[in-house]
Amino acid sequence: MGVLSKRQRVWWTVITVLVLLYALFPVASIAATSFKSSAELNSGQMLPSSPTLANYEQILVGSAQELFLSALRNSIGISLISTVIAVVLATLAAYAIARLDFPGKRLILTTALGVSIFPVISIVTPLFNLWRTIGLYDTWPGLIIPYLSLTLPISIWTLAAFFRQIPWELEQAAQVDGATPFQAFRKAIVPLAAPGVFTTALIAFFIAWNDFVYGISLTSTSAARPVPAALAFFTGASQFEEPAGAISAAAVIVTIPVVVLVLLFQRQIVSGLTQGAVKG
Amino acid sequence: MTATSSTRSARRRAPARSARARDEARLGWLLAGPAFVVMLAVTAYPILQAVYESLFNNRLTAPDDRAFVGLKNYGVVLTDPVFWRSLWVTTFIMLVTVLIELVLGFALALVMHRALTRLRGLLRTAILVPYGIITVVSAFAWFYAFDITSGYVNTWFDWVPGVGPDLNWFASQGTSLFVIIASEVWKTTPFISLLLLAGLAQVPGDLEEAARVDGATPWQVFARVIVPNMKAAIMVAVLFRALDAFRIFDNVFIMTNGANGTEVLSLLAYRQSISRLEIGLGSTISVLLFLCVILICFVAIRLFRVDLASARGEK
Repeated sequence: MGVLSKRQRVWWTVITVLVLLYALFPVASIAATSFKSSAELNSGQMLPSSPTLANYEQILVGSAQELFLSALRNSIGISLISTVIAVVLATLAAYAIARLDFPGKRLILTTALGVSIFPVISIVTPLFNLWRTIGLYDTWPGLIIPYLSLTLPISIWTLAAFFRQIPWELEQAAQVDGATPFQAFRKAIVPLAAPGVFTTALIAFFIAWNDFVYGISLTSTSAARPVPAALAFFTGASQFEEPAGAISAAAVIVTIPVVVLVLLFQRQIVSGLTQGAVKG
Repeated sequence: MTATSSTRSARRRAPARSARARDEARLGWLLAGPAFVVMLAVTAYPILQAVYESLFNNRLTAPDDRAFVGLKNYGVVLTDPVFWRSLWVTTFIMLVTVLIELVLGFALALVMHRALTRLRGLLRTAILVPYGIITVVSAFAWFYAFDITSGYVNTWFDWVPGVGPDLNWFASQGTSLFVIIASEVWKTTPFISLLLLAGLAQVPGDLEEAARVDGATPWQVFARVIVPNMKAAIMVAVLFRALDAFRIFDNVFIMTNGANGTEVLSLLAYRQSISRLEIGLGSTISVLLFLCVILICFVAIRLFRVDLASARGEK
């Protein structure tokens, strides 16, 4: 494409504005709700006429603080741990799939595909029953383990696709040049593999962070309840209070990290998502 | 990307495997085994447990009455209109969302594909926001916008016939499904459009060029050159989205909790097992849901010839 004509420039401006509106309007909408005072909630207008931080106070330092902050802690901890476990296991598996020739390679990839389309609710009932028997109900491990069913398959696919593109000959080349096997691996391969591993971790974290079904089915108190489930069960400070403002404020807070990560790593996320799905 | 041709050579290898091949296989399974075992442990084991549980009449509120009833639970579920209605609602949501998303996703993919480098980053960032947002948050955003007390949609669109200050969107099936589908489409179209974008990148540019030189209209180029060349990518995107939409749960739970004829299959299973502690019936619905997913896969692969392996760079 060369220089745009005036008409094309107008077109592109219009299209860009439309896409931005599509993508960001609902986010703006809930952000607007989060700044409304309880008196203004039913004004029938999108924007608050006198924005207030009362809702944020309520969930961060006020009456709902304990509820929200413990959910935040649970969400961050559980999502991070299950992401790390999934990425470590997937790195080993993807390395084997990309570099070695062994019977059962296809079986592992097919299994990962099968697990990723699994209806989550189908395994919630048996887990609910089992967890209550063995005491994992409403605990961190009780969520970390089922989260692996969400994070592991996609990690295996994405990493296998990334690792297939690494020129593994570099390792031999480095050894020919006199590096020890460990040095060769660390200096030639790790820098090439690291971005793929990081991107995979990011996508896996998004998926774990997003979970709702396991979160509401396998927890009952703030001991392990993650943010999405806590939001669903959140009621106002008193029964006369509409919780919409507080829920919106909490929603905005948990959306901020997502938006920041997307801003920083949009290129990697896009390549990671499309890598695992289609020949990149 | 180069596909792995090594599996081909593996098949040609003499049956007597060398010591080196044996070592390689052992190392391969040593590395990939843990991941494989974990995947089976967190899915295959529970689903088998669900199949077993579905053969018992088991209610946790009356644990002593647990008894083997064979396929009776299946009879109960399959003759219940509630089950069929939720199956129908789920299928309806799936078909409508996938259709809308395919069109919208294609439009977004083409925009990103054609955009200048300057704009591309901005567009991609914007598109990824809905992808990254928690589904529950997106459900609340849509719910509060449409809700009769806290919403503003009724005020904004009161010029549309039928919309007014006393329209309660979540009080009837049609309007509830409209908002549910809208939120689902908003949240998941980015995923489909990114898959389609990757497919677009695979269409040879000189083919498009040649078609244009031969005097094809933009529509003809799209329908005769672009689409046929990315059939695999389209099919994979559609299948994945369809299966994902079939599992819909989060936004229905938040917006209507299944009221007014919006109950979907996942919600029905959840309600039986977790709320009513009818483990037997809940497991039965879980197993039926699982069978539906397998059926959709089977139909897609047979009927539309979705070749997952080739589209995913496997040979």
